[in-house]
Amino acid sequence: MILTLSWLKNHLNTKTSINEIIEKLTNIGLEVEGIKESSGNMSEFKIVKILKTEKHPNADKLKLCDVSIGGTSVVKVVCGADNAREGLVTVYAPPGATIPKTKMKLKIAKIRGVESRGMLCSESELNISEESAGIIELKNMTNKIGKSFFKSSGEKVIDLSITPNRPDCLGVRGIARDLAAAGVGKLLNLKKDKINQKKNQNIKVSITKEKNQGCLAFGSCLITGIKNQESPKWLKDKINSLGLKPISAVVDITNYVMFDLNRPLHAYNADKIDKEIIVRNSKKGESFTALDDKKYTLQKDMCVIADKSGVLGLGGIIGGTKSATKIDTKNILLESAYFLPASIRKTSKQLGLDTDAKYRFERGIDPNSMIDGLKIAADLILKICGGEASKFNISGKKEYKSKSIEFETSKFKKIIGFSISESEIKKILNSLGFSTKKVKKKLTVFIPTWRPDINQEIDLIEELIRIKGFDKINLIEPEKIRNRETLNFQQKLFHLGQRSISYKGYYEAVTWSFTDQKIDNLINDSSSSIFIVNPISKELNVLRRSIFSNLLLYLKKNHDRGFQDIALFEIGPVFYGKKPGEQQIVIGAVKSGQINKKSWSEKTRSVDIFDMKTDVIKTLIEMGINEDHLIVNDKSKNCYHPGRSGSINFKTTNGPLLAQFGEIHPSIISKLNYKEKNICGFEVFLDNIPKPNKKMRVSKENFKFSDFQASERDFAFLIDKNYQVGRLNKIIKDLDSNIRSVNIFDVFEGGNLPADKKSVAINISIQADDRTLSDNDLNQISDKIIKEVENKTGGNIRS
Amino acid sequence: MSDLNNILNSFETKFSQIKNKEDLQNLKSEFFGKNGSISLQFKKMGSLNSEERKNFAKELNSIKDQLTSKIEKKFKDFENLEINQKLKDEKIDITLPIRSVQNGKIHPVSQVIDEISSIFSEVGFSVAEGPDVESEYNNFTALNTPEDHPARDMHDTFYLDKDKKTLLRTHTSPVQIRTMLNGQPPFKIIVPGRTYRCDSDQTHAPMFHQLEGLHIDKNITMGHLKGCLNYFIREFFEVKKIKMRFRPSHFPFTEPSAEVDIGYKIENGKIIIGDGDKWLEILGCGMVHPNVLKNTKVDPKKYQGFAFGMGIDRLAMLKYGINDLRAFFETDYRWLNHFGFDPLDVPTNYRGLSR
Repeated sequence: MILTLSWLKNHLNTKTSINEIIEKLTNIGLEVEGIKESSGNMSEFKIVKILKTEKHPNADKLKLCDVSIGGTSVVKVVCGADNAREGLVTVYAPPGATIPKTKMKLKIAKIRGVESRGMLCSESELNISEESAGIIELKNMTNKIGKSFFKSSGEKVIDLSITPNRPDCLGVRGIARDLAAAGVGKLLNLKKDKINQKKNQNIKVSITKEKNQGCLAFGSCLITGIKNQESPKWLKDKINSLGLKPISAVVDITNYVMFDLNRPLHAYNADKIDKEIIVRNSKKGESFTALDDKKYTLQKDMCVIADKSGVLGLGGIIGGTKSATKIDTKNILLESAYFLPASIRKTSKQLGLDTDAKYRFERGIDPNSMIDGLKIAADLILKICGGEASKFNISGKKEYKSKSIEFETSKFKKIIGFSISESEIKKILNSLGFSTKKVKKKLTVFIPTWRPDINQEIDLIEELIRIKGFDKINLIEPEKIRNRETLNFQQKLFHLGQRSISYKGYYEAVTWSFTDQKIDNLINDSSSSIFIVNPISKELNVLRRSIFSNLLLYLKKNHDRGFQDIALFEIGPVFYGKKPGEQQIVIGAVKSGQINKKSWSEKTRSVDIFDMKTDVIKTLIEMGINEDHLIVNDKSKNCYHPGRSGSINFKTTNGPLLAQFGEIHPSIISKLNYKEKNICGFEVFLDNIPKPNKKMRVSKENFKFSDFQASERDFAFLIDKNYQVGRLNKIIKDLDSNIRSVNIFDVFEGGNLPADKKSVAINISIQADDRTLSDNDLNQISDKIIKEVENKTGGNIRS
Repeated sequence: MSDLNNILNSFETKFSQIKNKEDLQNLKSEFFGKNGSISLQFKKMGSLNSEERKNFAKELNSIKDQLTSKIEKKFKDFENLEINQKLKDEKIDITLPIRSVQNGKIHPVSQVIDEISSIFSEVGFSVAEGPDVESEYNNFTALNTPEDHPARDMHDTFYLDKDKKTLLRTHTSPVQIRTMLNGQPPFKIIVPGRTYRCDSDQTHAPMFHQLEGLHIDKNITMGHLKGCLNYFIREFFEVKKIKMRFRPSHFPFTEPSAEVDIGYKIENGKIIIGDGDKWLEILGCGMVHPNVLKNTKVDPKKYQGFAFGMGIDRLAMLKYGINDLRAFFETDYRWLNHFGFDPLDVPTNYRGLSR
């Protein structure tokens, strides 16, 4: 909403400065978004004199003008107007100015090879008139060279952001009323001159009774014999200050009343109405050409204003070209109607139409403003264009009663925290246009019809504190008490996992929850993509089903930036359906390239899946899972290299899936065309991490240790190449309680070993709690180990 | 007697010629070994009478002590020499670089979420969360934003179905609804999380992070709201005092509603929060609308309270001087390295927000 101080003063008697008004507007909830000079920077347009003209060296129709812009400053401007001549006083727009008609911002430009600093303007370019032949010619202005052309240049335009609950403030009067209530001056009475109305309005108006009828009332006035014309300067200034283009007096008046009183109107060329006005629902497929020169084809049940031959316009949204008021229109039918917000909203959404009238009707117009709108507009039209006005005709519901609310005034204190007196309550409410009546202990408050947002007590409380001032509320420091845990188990796990992975050298990424379907399908099966109906772009059209969908893409982007030896991770949701809750929290990590590249002290090696396995298992242990409960197997998903990846399940192979790790599948790497092909990754499925037994954690087991001598034995077995060595740990440990640790320290294939075999060396530590084990004891245990390993693996002891 | 003098003389001559530990060891054997000169003299003692033996023994022991001490001292000298030589030989260049350590980093958004959680934890808020995919009812209708409400236009919503029944939540407010529907008052929660709007330019990203707060109890007033936010902003920006203003605004789910501005100034091109004559809008808040309470089966006659919402990314940008919102989500290794946090830098109540 646009506001100027002079317009505001039509409704508000105040001496308050503009700066104080701006501050007050903000304090009562009418947020000031910006302040600018009227219609852009109109003060930049200067009165100037052409000192000299010469022909443009490269163009026959262009002239090179030396222009005096005040004082001794002279600039060179290229101009194409025929009337540009020596001695002419005209209007100049400097570089940086925005031309009102084209909204183009001027730059210092070369025109056919010659620099031009700004331009000389025609009336049409300045939106003063339609006159576009030649530049403006000013007479008797020689003493004003260098001064601003527009007198209203000093006028500041306040741009307000009006919240959707305040349609009344989409008119200057509503803003004035709020300011008056807040103590900035006095609201003036609406000036309504009596107009001479003798004849009846003789064009029949009917609102058809049907389901979903969007129009409740249609007020009209027929004005005949007018002489439509250019608006007078005061009106043009107002229209210009709104950033609109003045069209003709009648059209400008309807716009003026809309912005003045928040009362949209429409003026039809009465001669183009075929017999009568019918307000009805549209039929599917009906069409009309609207004032924006576009043709609209309508759906069923849109509220249209029609005549006998067809649609004239969309009620409350936009008129049509057929019955448009033009400069030569003689007879007009002025419409002041009431349309239902929901109907307006639905229609405009379906057609993708947004107009000032639609914006107001969908927020709620005062239904009782129909007559005032007609009166004020008709009066202005008669004064400017002459003619004769009919009596007003109202079809449909004529008058709307005020709603009322029983207000328990003590509730103000209960919600806000301090109390205000009942007399002050009444004073504030009355100044906002509410009337009040004390009934027993409560206050009956009657709501003005221009406030559709006020429906219950809390709405009144808001009005009171808004006007009283939020700065009056004393703040109460919060108490530092905590009755509940801040984080639950899942949240603690999230936090721990995040920091744990990061500490292992991974950089945390935060990427979109959506991704490119193509990449998502590389990682997951392609049948169950979760599409977004209206994605921001084709590349972000599905919800990600894997944490890798974006991570792998961003890893590639970093490779392309020249960083190949890096590790990234993300912790966040992945989706498996489009219902709320069909998502789980996953940590995904990727690592690529080499470790210890160019190190003076360490050997360079490639990142491999045991880096992943190490990081993932350490993390799971840090999350409180007993290492013995981590069951590793070689099954994994498609996105991993099938021979170089694995899963970790809880307690059994079929237990909850805790994590997966491995090399990224070579086909993904080749399809995404990575610079560095060595990429490994892992995922931790946080929702599957079991909650540890808290009791066990809080009271730890007794501390037990043995002081008796521990012995170590090394074994080497020759076993089948495909045997999973990781299984031996449990097999050996289960043999004897005195076996303390099992460590596989060498695996060897090739050499002079049979091709289908590998050699595995195991170090085993043996210790008893109650005695030093004898050679005999140790030999017995060793024999058991050899027998069991040979038995389980089908292999042989080597030495 | 002269024997002893000879021995002594011979020792002195040989001792002076010793070059290393080995020579010294040989010399020691020559005099003190089984058949060493000194040992032989001790054997001779048996043939002497008692008077002679007494004098001889005295003299011999004195010589023995004298020589032994000389030898021991010489041994020590050699050892010291050896150690000094070893130390000299073993000197290395300690200015060589350290072994490469893989440092990870925590994303600024995560760090800020932890900071916020820590601050609100201190005054008794718990962290609640909800799904990213929401029903149209939880995201709008239950929050007093019916279908034809113009406020819906302010949210450019991503939909997952043509009927617009499921969507990506446009704010974290639906978690208010879930929390109240699934529990009993009082409620005292904060909700950090991902939110989505179909909007993308320099200052808008299609995904961003919001923080929701909700406190419902029997006598929670706007004074509590003001106090809570003042406390939070002070703690978050780590300043003692904060210039703050409440401006009336409108959100369908709160009433009265306010937007909160904080004072700031620009010094040396950097933004200083807390003081100054400029205002910066940082959050929206208000008293929970009775309709929302009714929708969640909370009796507005008994319970009332406040809610607030703010942009986490924006808070991070303000606090840590990050200019570009889009960069948060671009995973540029260099950016993460520059703006990320050490994983050990965990914000806590007792230790403080930052190191």
